[in-house]
Amino acid sequence: MSVIPDRASAVIIGAGIVGNSLAYHLARLGRTELVLVDKGPMPNPGGSTGHASNFIFPIEYSKMMMELTRDSTEQYKELGVFTESGGVEVARTQARMQELRRRCSQAKSWGIPAELLTPEGVRKLVPYLNDSVILGGCQFPTVGVVDSLRAGTLMRERAQQLGALTVLAGAEVVGIDKSDDGRVVAVRTTKGDIATDVVAICCGVWSPRIARMAGARIPLTPIVHQMISVGPIALFDGTAGEIAYPIVRDVDENMYERQHGGDMEVGSYAHRAIIVAPDDIPSIEAAVLSPTEMPFTQDDFDPQLELALELMPELLGDERAGVRYAINGLISMTPDGHPVLGETPEVPGLWSVAASWIKEGPGVGRAVAEWMSGVTPEIDIHEADIARFYPHQRTTTHVAERAREGFNKMYGIVHPSEQWESGRPVRVSPAYERERALGAMFYETAGWERPFWYESNAGLLETYADRLMDRPSEWESRWWSPIINAEHLAMRDAAGLFDLSAFAILDVTGPGAVHALQQVAVAQMQVPVGRVVYTSFLDDAGGFRADLTIMRLGPRHFRVVTGAATGMADYKWITDHLPDNGSAAVTDVTSAWTTYGLWGPRARDILGTITGDDISHAGFPFGTCKEIEVAGMTVLASRISYVGELGWELYAPMEQGAKLWDTVFGAGQPAGLVPAGIGVYGTTGRLEKGYRAYGAELDATYNLVEAGMTRPKVKEQEFVGKTAYLSQRETALAAALCTLTVDDHVSESGELRYMLGGEPVLLPDGTPLIDARGRRSYVTSAGSGPSVGKHLLLSYLPPDQAVVGTPLAVEYMGEQYPVTVAVAGSRPLFDPTNERARS
Amino acid sequence: MDILVCVKRVPMVGGKVLVTADGQDLDTRMSGFTVSPHEECAIEEAVQITEREGGTVTVLTLGPPEAADQLRDMLAVGAHRGVLLETDGREWGPVATAAAIVAAVGELGHTPFPLILAGNESADTGGYQVGIRVAHALGRPCLTGVKRLELAGDTIRAAREYRGVHELFEVALPAVVTVREGINLPRYPSLPGRLRAKRAEITVLRPQWQADGLRKQGLRVPVGSARRAQVLGHGTAAVPALIDVLGDLGVLPPAVRSGGDGAAA
Repeated sequence: MSVIPDRASAVIIGAGIVGNSLAYHLARLGRTELVLVDKGPMPNPGGSTGHASNFIFPIEYSKMMMELTRDSTEQYKELGVFTESGGVEVARTQARMQELRRRCSQAKSWGIPAELLTPEGVRKLVPYLNDSVILGGCQFPTVGVVDSLRAGTLMRERAQQLGALTVLAGAEVVGIDKSDDGRVVAVRTTKGDIATDVVAICCGVWSPRIARMAGARIPLTPIVHQMISVGPIALFDGTAGEIAYPIVRDVDENMYERQHGGDMEVGSYAHRAIIVAPDDIPSIEAAVLSPTEMPFTQDDFDPQLELALELMPELLGDERAGVRYAINGLISMTPDGHPVLGETPEVPGLWSVAASWIKEGPGVGRAVAEWMSGVTPEIDIHEADIARFYPHQRTTTHVAERAREGFNKMYGIVHPSEQWESGRPVRVSPAYERERALGAMFYETAGWERPFWYESNAGLLETYADRLMDRPSEWESRWWSPIINAEHLAMRDAAGLFDLSAFAILDVTGPGAVHALQQVAVAQMQVPVGRVVYTSFLDDAGGFRADLTIMRLGPRHFRVVTGAATGMADYKWITDHLPDNGSAAVTDVTSAWTTYGLWGPRARDILGTITGDDISHAGFPFGTCKEIEVAGMTVLASRISYVGELGWELYAPMEQGAKLWDTVFGAGQPAGLVPAGIGVYGTTGRLEKGYRAYGAELDATYNLVEAGMTRPKVKEQEFVGKTAYLSQRETALAAALCTLTVDDHVSESGELRYMLGGEPVLLPDGTPLIDARGRRSYVTSAGSGPSVGKHLLLSYLPPDQAVVGTPLAVEYMGEQYPVTVAVAGSRPLFDPTNERARS
Repeated sequence: MDILVCVKRVPMVGGKVLVTADGQDLDTRMSGFTVSPHEECAIEEAVQITEREGGTVTVLTLGPPEAADQLRDMLAVGAHRGVLLETDGREWGPVATAAAIVAAVGELGHTPFPLILAGNESADTGGYQVGIRVAHALGRPCLTGVKRLELAGDTIRAAREYRGVHELFEVALPAVVTVREGINLPRYPSLPGRLRAKRAEITVLRPQWQADGLRKQGLRVPVGSARRAQVLGHGTAAVPALIDVLGDLGVLPPAVRSGGDGAAA
């Protein structure tokens, strides 16, 4: 019998694949006195791990998800519980065939084996599949199945063998205690209380309920995934082991068919979204099967039966094979489909390790164990950071809306720019109604409605008719408009007014403010008041953690401006690195300030008509900020640019934002000012200037040197990642970020095609490029460069290829297109000497 | 032969039964509905008979419109025809239920159903009455608790066990038989069966409700009714206690039961 320890270095709640993996990796990293508690029995305490179909497809569009899946697969193999079966995704439509070509190309970017198949090719692998209903397929030979319960048991036992872990089964958590200053101090269970500073919630579908005990929110929802098991299948009789045939994903019908011994498991994501609140999940005692194996609702599955029969008529149509098992299995879904990992922003010491599926579980356990141990995770998991969520995104309403909308897209053809429809609008700029009147096409970032382009600029299509780089193919024209390129050209000719109100704005104040920021910023923060600093934040290993600008507004006052998507994570990063003595504080003032960007050769002329202050180049130099008076308002103007033009970011109090918009917009009309969207700001203007974006070019797997962002000197003050950065500067370059231009867009079928990002970059003979650190070259960002007349791609290339003029190829939708290295390093393709921004 | 099988929609429950706040119903929000295992066996028995001898299986239930789900479940495992005696949410006791079934047998008319099967008792109220009352009203013999059934021309041979005694009966058709779990191993629905069930027409009749004897006052879960587990011991030390338990259950060969040297092997 386990004796309940009264103290633990960490209490891990939940003995599914995630909790077991976390326990093992923490123990492996040297942590002792760990306790793993679960209300259920071992080895299957009744959570989602116990009913998972346990197969792993390696292909993901998200690099993070792909890496977590890859690491998990390696761990399952090492544990001896992985069986490679191969897998096939089949297409019933032409649109899906194109999607499979896209997936094949993406697989090549990540180094995942994949091959396009004809219907006959599919049938050769899956002899019981009716190839008359498909147009083809894509084979992923490294797909496999795992025994996740066995894996969890082995990991748990390893931690126990290291003498690091006590396991408490049948102990339900009934409370989490906090200290007066809000830190975790103890976990209360039905078998006794355990004092601890660290609690990891690995409770899958129950995670929100456990987090609420401590006053934190974990934004996920339990949702039903239906699965049936049909057998005995005559063909599978005598199968040695668990599986002998490839797993089939009938993606157009949101289904899969997977051999499991003598049975065929048929799963569906096609039915209505059935959400179950965590508090409504039955207890172990009241559950008919297990708490997460809810009673099957036949009506929801009936349409799928016919489709499954159509695909595998003889095999599934056998009257002697019966539905032996059918469940409404509960799984975790999050608003953006990514796991929810990291210390909760609300409660220090309380960690979320939730919304991880079988295919990510061991990788997630390892990454979070590293993170908890003060080691930079090998895989960049910022896209899974629980700190990414804004308060509204943690509400049950938002989570349910997005889960409902996302559920049927699980196997969907999702465009990289596809927008959510539910739960909008939430956050709008003061100019929102004006932008609507101008026909703004809004995209959403972190709840903000951001104009991507304006239909009111449609007249510019004629003006710039020969420079629009229009996209005839439906896929690339989706979520895009040639108006973006017209706006871009109009901005370069005159000026553009951008709504940047979504920026997250964080004020760092106090006597220790400069020191606080000095510790996280690569750039020197001891600068004169009125200076604007562009800087990166690094992690300990020298990977990118953030990329943003900081204004010094006073001796003890800095204003950090960062992207909406990363605002909350950056806020936590700064907060976590504040000095212990309370000499500096960080405040989120996003909701206080509206931000517009005014850029273009006529920007000074326009601003000059509405302010009497000195905005001359000498009086208001590049890289500085100051308050100016505009039409009776005090506006903070910052002279920087992300689009490579003369101009300013203009900050006004939120309630004066509408007036500022009207004032600038009106004043700009004679000069040809156009409203311009994020399509220009984030893509065309940026790419022509070779500006890097966090999350695209800048992530934890590349560094400042490779990104071409080093400065001649490194500041003498300490900062996070400095040691690693200094060593990177001395190490031979493994890859360099380059700008490539596409030389020929014509596909084999004679259509003009435009890459959208993520594509593999190859030698002209089709050989993938792999750098000295094993990283493959792929397109980190792609978009039009209307002013340079080329479609632009950014990609890290090995040194031999990172040479201007080098001919290469990019694979898109299964075809190769010739490209040329136009820029090696950070020199802009457009206006290389930056005269426009600095004039 | 044309066989009628009567089933009842009942809540699916786990180890712990949950009652609604007003104490009038089982809390089924997070569970589902099913029929009793006895009734699943009755259907299987009927289907096997018709597979051997020809004929049809009609499955009948009395319940709310949702009870059609249970009819389709039975159609999916081989019943040919479904009849729903649709109720309006009022409580139906065994007298009224049996009367409605008898009336339906008349209304369905075209066949006299020489054999009517039912489960020995329902899984929720456990009244043990409906089959017997139907037989009585139709003037037929009734065999209850049957665990083996054979058809021989116009007679059936049935067997049951009662307190360790095997009873054998021979009864002339038409008759009513209530069966118990264990008489056969019910099959799982095949996919084609499920699709046939989905498409099948269900005959809906609306019988007249009538008051009868027993009325539900409320539901209460008895205290201490939860299952209990006893830890016999740990490791090899638990072996003697385990053998005792297995011996009490009568599942060990005599040599082991007598405690020979090979007991632990």
